[in-house]
Amino acid sequence: MNGRIWSWIIAVPRFLYNFIVGDDWTVAVAVVAGLIVTGILNANHIVAWWLMPIVAIVATAVSIQRNYAAK
Amino acid sequence: MVSTGLIPVLVTTFLASAVEAVEMVAIVVGVGATRGWRSTIFGAVSGFATLAVVVLALGLALRQIPIGPLRLVIGFLLLVFGLQWFRKGIVRVAAQGFAGMGAAASDQFDEEWKGPGVDWTGWFLAWKGVVLEGLEIAIIVVSFGAAANNYRAALVGGASALVIFLALGFVIQRPLRMIPRSFLQLVVGTLLTAFGTFWSVEGLGVDWPASDAAILGLLVVYAVTAMLYIARQRRQSTAVRVAA
Repeated sequence: MNGRIWSWIIAVPRFLYNFIVGDDWTVAVAVVAGLIVTGILNANHIVAWWLMPIVAIVATAVSIQRNYAAK
Repeated sequence: MVSTGLIPVLVTTFLASAVEAVEMVAIVVGVGATRGWRSTIFGAVSGFATLAVVVLALGLALRQIPIGPLRLVIGFLLLVFGLQWFRKGIVRVAAQGFAGMGAAASDQFDEEWKGPGVDWTGWFLAWKGVVLEGLEIAIIVVSFGAAANNYRAALVGGASALVIFLALGFVIQRPLRMIPRSFLQLVVGTLLTAFGTFWSVEGLGVDWPASDAAILGLLVVYAVTAMLYIARQRRQSTAVRVAA
């Protein structure tokens, strides 16, 4: 029973890590940073909807390039 | 209190709910076609069960749910996961193109879960899509029903939108099996990234131009981006082969 509970305790954070971070941590960091900046811009009444699409596009390009360089 | 007529409430609730139902079905069908149907359907059914518990427990108090933080969390999760598939889809389609189109889908980049037990990634994606969109439909029904003092018409409008688009999702899932998984992963990655971007930003309280229609704009922007990146990847690979 204890072994089963331990396997869940280990499996849940591992699942969340794989789900959120996956195989390139830079994308998750870029998304978090982008959302924080979007929130700050919005709090200061500055139009902010355009930022996250740009973050997503640039983060993808950087990630593809990192993947390509690693090969 | 004067109640608004049946038809205006029914049509308005149907159209508003249809937008959310399309989003729900797009996520569930896309995830099912890519990760496999068993865990995705289990996730969707679990989502509806969660939704039923929330709706029964809260009833008309549904309008008090802070939908903004919920959108932010679910949007963030969809965005980070969608970007993983978006990137993998670009790399894989650039590598093998549309090979296998029209055949029974199976290729070297197959993402379908073949292990024992539940694929929790597929389950989680389907569950989230159903809970968030279902909750939005429930809130639309309660809000429109209260505003028009006609809960029955609002309920029929919301439920019929859900049933019609779920049936449509069931009809289109079979042709999806003929599409190579690498391309399907790119399409679903594009969908998840677009929905994730939309919800996470909206969850922060930011207004999108054109409201929900901004999702279509995001889909176009990400699809064009994917095509450009695929072309660039192919040029790079060709240059490396020529140099070798």
